Amino acid sequence: MAFRIVHYINQFYAGIGGEEKADYEPEIREAVVGPGMALKAAFKGEAEIVATVICGDSHFASNMDDDTAKILGMIREYKPDAFIAGPAFNAGRYGTACGAMCAAVAKEFGIPVISGMYPENPGVEMFRKYAWIIETPDSAAGMRKAVPAMAKLALKLLKGETLGKPSEEGYIERGIRKNMFYGKLAAQRCVDMFVSKLKGETFETEYPMPVFDRVDPQPAVKDMKHAVIALVTSGGICPKGNPDHIEASSASKFGEYDITGVNDLTSETHCTAHGGYDATYADQDADRVLPVDVLRDLEREGVIGKLHNKFYTTVGNGTSVANAKRFGAEIVNRLVNDGVTAVILTST
Amino acid sequence: MKLELHRLKVNSLKFGEKTGFADGVLTVNKAEILALISEDPLLGKNLDVDIAMPGESVRVMPVKDVIEPRWKLSGKGQVFPGMISDVETVGEGQTLVLSGCAVLTAGKLVRFQEGIIDMSGPGADYTPYSKTCNVVLVLEPSDPNMDKHDYEKACRIAGLKTAAYLAKSCADVKADTVETFELPTMREAMTQFPELPKVGYIYMLQTQGLLHDTYLYGVDVKKILPTIISPLEVMDGAIVSGNCVSACDKNSTYSHLNNPVIADMLKRHGKDFNFVATIVTNENVTLADKKRSSSYAAKLAGMLGLDGVVITEEGFGNPDADLIMNCRKCEQLGIKTALLTDEYAGQDGASQSLADSCPEGTACVTAGNANEVITLPPMSKVIGYPEEANVIAGGWQGSLADDGSITVELQAITGATSELGYTKLGAYTL
Repeated sequence: MAFRIVHYINQFYAGIGGEEKADYEPEIREAVVGPGMALKAAFKGEAEIVATVICGDSHFASNMDDDTAKILGMIREYKPDAFIAGPAFNAGRYGTACGAMCAAVAKEFGIPVISGMYPENPGVEMFRKYAWIIETPDSAAGMRKAVPAMAKLALKLLKGETLGKPSEEGYIERGIRKNMFYGKLAAQRCVDMFVSKLKGETFETEYPMPVFDRVDPQPAVKDMKHAVIALVTSGGICPKGNPDHIEASSASKFGEYDITGVNDLTSETHCTAHGGYDATYADQDADRVLPVDVLRDLEREGVIGKLHNKFYTTVGNGTSVANAKRFGAEIVNRLVNDGVTAVILTST
Repeated sequence: MKLELHRLKVNSLKFGEKTGFADGVLTVNKAEILALISEDPLLGKNLDVDIAMPGESVRVMPVKDVIEPRWKLSGKGQVFPGMISDVETVGEGQTLVLSGCAVLTAGKLVRFQEGIIDMSGPGADYTPYSKTCNVVLVLEPSDPNMDKHDYEKACRIAGLKTAAYLAKSCADVKADTVETFELPTMREAMTQFPELPKVGYIYMLQTQGLLHDTYLYGVDVKKILPTIISPLEVMDGAIVSGNCVSACDKNSTYSHLNNPVIADMLKRHGKDFNFVATIVTNENVTLADKKRSSSYAAKLAGMLGLDGVVITEEGFGNPDADLIMNCRKCEQLGIKTALLTDEYAGQDGASQSLADSCPEGTACVTAGNANEVITLPPMSKVIGYPEEANVIAGGWQGSLADDGSITVELQAITGATSELGYTKLGAYTL
């Protein structure tokens, strides 16, 4: 049986009109429309377009959330195996709509989503992480090249075949790292690359150096006497026995633990869940990583207002930046809601 | 300096009366090994020796170290100097190697940080040690409350002693093949191949405490300043592993003995470059140590007048900072670098892979994303303790299923993303 495809296009490619019709409301037709004809031909019967969604570019741009929800509702009953949007070439609003719908469909239905855009289309930067976007020329003159490439990629994904590198398959890099076995040992690949670099030959690094978010330190706290200070750590300190099973590496969660009335962490009460450092000394005395004892002293001496009655903890070891960001955002919300005014972050 | 590696190719293992080698079969006297390792009062009474062969439905876990049996037939000193033999300079003479054979130290966990080796199935593709005929030591401490540093040392020494014992017991057999390495003095090296660039290797060693340590002639490497070593000393066991946390990218003693970067650089020496120096350095936890060691390693490379260096990292996260400092400081001295690392890009591969970076790191090879998840099917036999899958680095509560299958990140598999580049795994960007 052929795979079921839902196709998304704008009012222009549906033949409804140009800019004057760009506020066209979303609709769905049980038909193959516009560039869908070329897609259909490229599928050679292996997949069929069961419905086409049409939406005006301005309408989508002005009602993004509503239109997205509405279109998801329209698509649902067609039970698609894959979703294809565009190609949008260098049309900015169209590209953004294609990308947004691809991201929404992937999230909602977990099916492959494919679009086609010119690399400078703003939809690329916004949505390449979420969709397979075939690189196209900047105008509809490139339709004949774009459509077969999109169809080919869609069929590959539908059949569960392993995808090659972006340059081999023609899609725009999504930024997702995937393992593969090479023909040579990593050591030999490294020495090969080294020789190329020495000789001044061209070579392709296996991992371009990433660019990081840099967070500027906040200004110093002026009024320590009234500060409510929380302790947050990536050093894995948790109640003995690690009751929430925070992973020793690649943490999927953080813990929130009450320290009301606790003046000192001991080997009887606390330990570390962290698998990435010599934990002997943290297990002996967890204050070494999460200094509750010292903060209690400062509280008694009136140096700080008070120590927040909860601490937050996770394991930094091998934990992805995406997870770390998520933990950070959630912890900050809770701290702010609890009236915490300053945080001491400890690592290992 | 001249070293001959006399190789006996081990194709099979069996227990028997007398430890020795004949026709590709290594016979192992179990009682002798048990007697040898029981000498250590730190090890308990319930010790065992087992065999794990390539292709068998066998899982070994948790694994601490992997060691290739070697024994010096002639020349100064003995294998693993400063650990189980006198502190004499090694790297000259003749050394017997039981190729295709390894000693695995397994058993009661030191801490939740050791690795998994499957001898068959999908997991076997990821670890180099599914292809070796393995003598497995199943160890436990004599006192369950023993200091973990002491227990780690006891396990480490038991493995080294067994590896040396096995090779020593085959010393009467003539080698199948002899490989000869002859390296000139530094003075001669500097004038050889004047038309070729002079290059070196910066060999980073993990040195962060319990299960993160490495030893050089018995010295805890966190206490050294970067120094120069001959590749031939490495082949005789001058560098010994004391680490296995996130076992995928920790250099086993086996991978030090067979360092594939050194092997490849020696092979291309005189053709693509003049390989004149190997510099060992550490990865300590404090910023001052990182600055000192990276400056010192780069300085040595500069003093030697090197045109380029290959730099291998050991571990991830914190040591990424050491890798980047070494890279940047060498490049600033005009020394070209190629880096060998691995990645922690998240289970979905969508996060950045390194914890530090610099624009100078233009040539970077990676041994794969260690966060990628794999399901290891049940095995007929497990040597060790499968329940540790729920707590080891790379596992989580529920990693071990009722049917005995284990779902973990690759980081739990010994040697899977070896940063000495001992596997063919790598990654690319989708």
